[in-house]
Amino acid sequence: MKLLRTLMAAATALAVTAFVAPSFAADDPGPAAYAKSLNGKRVMLVPLAMGFDLAQGWAHYLKKEVEAWGGTFETRDPNWVVDAGAQAITDAIASDTRPDVLIIHAPDLNSYSKLMKKAQAAGTYVLLVDNPANFPADAFVGSDWDKLGQLEAEAAIKGCGENSSKKIGLVQGDQANSSSLYQYAGIMKVLEKHPDFQVVAKPDSNWDATTSRNVTTTMLQQHPDICSIIDFWDGDATGASAAIRDAKLDGKVFLVTTGGGEKAADCDKLVDGTYGAVVMTDLARQSGDMNAIIKFLLQSGQPAGTSHTYIYTLEKATTKADLKPDSCWDLKALQAEAAAK
Amino acid sequence: MNATGWPNWRRLNQEGIVFAIAILLFAAAALGLPGFLTADNLVAIVRSVSVLGILALGMAVVIIGRGIDLSAVAIMAMSVAWYLQLLNTGTSDGLAFVYVLAGVLAIGLLNGFLVAYADVPAIFVTLATGSFVFGYVRSQLITQDAVPVPGGHWVELLGGIRFLDIPIEVFVFAGLAFLVFLFLRYTKWGRFIYFAGDNPVAARNIGVPVRPMLVLRYVLSAFVALIAGLLTAASLHSINTRIVNSTLLYDIVLVAVIGGIGLSGGRGGVRNVLVGAALIGILLNAMTIIDIPLLYQNLIKAAILLGAIIVDGIINPRDEQTAQQGDI
Repeated sequence: MKLLRTLMAAATALAVTAFVAPSFAADDPGPAAYAKSLNGKRVMLVPLAMGFDLAQGWAHYLKKEVEAWGGTFETRDPNWVVDAGAQAITDAIASDTRPDVLIIHAPDLNSYSKLMKKAQAAGTYVLLVDNPANFPADAFVGSDWDKLGQLEAEAAIKGCGENSSKKIGLVQGDQANSSSLYQYAGIMKVLEKHPDFQVVAKPDSNWDATTSRNVTTTMLQQHPDICSIIDFWDGDATGASAAIRDAKLDGKVFLVTTGGGEKAADCDKLVDGTYGAVVMTDLARQSGDMNAIIKFLLQSGQPAGTSHTYIYTLEKATTKADLKPDSCWDLKALQAEAAAK
Repeated sequence: MNATGWPNWRRLNQEGIVFAIAILLFAAAALGLPGFLTADNLVAIVRSVSVLGILALGMAVVIIGRGIDLSAVAIMAMSVAWYLQLLNTGTSDGLAFVYVLAGVLAIGLLNGFLVAYADVPAIFVTLATGSFVFGYVRSQLITQDAVPVPGGHWVELLGGIRFLDIPIEVFVFAGLAFLVFLFLRYTKWGRFIYFAGDNPVAARNIGVPVRPMLVLRYVLSAFVALIAGLLTAASLHSINTRIVNSTLLYDIVLVAVIGGIGLSGGRGGVRNVLVGAALIGILLNAMTIIDIPLLYQNLIKAAILLGAIIVDGIINPRDEQTAQQGDI
């Protein structure tokens, strides 16, 4: 009993001491450890180009966060040229200010694989964004393109309806980019479950709006009763929509596409009826995912190239009926915000 | 070609070969492909090569004068992108258009001046000015690749204009082709272009103003590019500057050269452009109807073009004159 009483007294004393000493209680070790791991770390984004909505949105959100935790954020602009992107990555790895995290938007499945391996060997974490590649990056953040294709196909089927011709046309991107290949696979998966629906044509646009317009014009002439067209990117779907407009089939052909959820590119076009449905990426959330994984990796202490995480962004097919004020983000507003600083 | 301008079929030249291939393809597609030989599809074929053809007309005038304009696509996309950007940021239409016209004129003059008076080879000058135009406009004047046409603007309305259900581009292409034809064939300066392209020194010796005319050709080419850009924006309701990185520039040179306009200058005319554009248009349309993937489309296109060039090389071996001057 005496021992117990002594122990209790000691415990009470300890508790009281702990309670009384305020510095001990308020000192959360988190921020210090956080700052120690993150301060001065370099993050570099190498998108396909800086001149389009996705890259500008990512850069905006990432910069805000990275600079807030005391890191430096940089971008490189390969302007759609694969070689220029490779050069930018090579230079970044070799420079004195080698980035601690490299975020790469891969142009195809293989081009940058060797370079990404090199970067990891040098100690840089490699994040793949948006486009998957044949490379075990530390993390992939972006769309599950297969799932995205499925959503598009479901939207197209719904847009066509039961009493339609059930003929669907595809305007693919190309035959090299993973986003195009996987999107196609996803669409076909859904259509297999709906055997009454058929794909009547599947030309490539090579991501070019004029080509998209020309192939869609031909497609609509060959099959004037097409009820829905899926164009693989909102960057060139303006061409498909022009062809539909020229064929005076507005309102008769349900145009489905996918994009980064930028207001002028997606929401405005849903409102004016150009697009029937857009599978939109929640860009702010996707950028947030990137930030979280960057912060995790930098604090984890694990060497680059040892973790392989897939963080797929939540995708949703949005139509005019379910548009909300916050369905899209506004590039113009972000640019105005950046200019005001 | 004989004096009346019609092909001499006994001595088949490249134009004749390409024309024959185009006719064969057309016949095969008309017989084999349902929906090919409809009025709508024929209009679509012409329309799909209209902008390409317009750019090739400008290129043809430059090439006939033994030059080349590699800045055409950059001028086409960037001038219109800048114009639309100015409109979107609230500049008045008239003022914006004056700025853009001045910019296009300046680049045309710069190209011409550097080639004519500084004696820099055209291929380097225009490659450099093209990159400059793209880089400057993209980095300083516009904020992103794709610039939309403001709603209700005349460029948007232009794209909706139809006569007899035929889009405006087709008429602009036809009109420009006719104008260039008149210029090259019936005006003094038009004929001088052939002299200067065939033998610049001799042309100068007989009193042709070779240098001012060189400048004129690059200015013309720049304005033709602006027209092509406006038509592109009219149809798509936006312009995407990514087109500068595409193969469009090579396609333009291809249309001109495949039709039989020699890169050594002094030969060819509007008809060659029309034949080249017809082949490309029919080929692409037929392949799209058959639903051939893009990779194979490019392969087939390249194989047919290569075939035409090889046959031309066999039928018309390089003569002494070309051997001495060289191509560009």
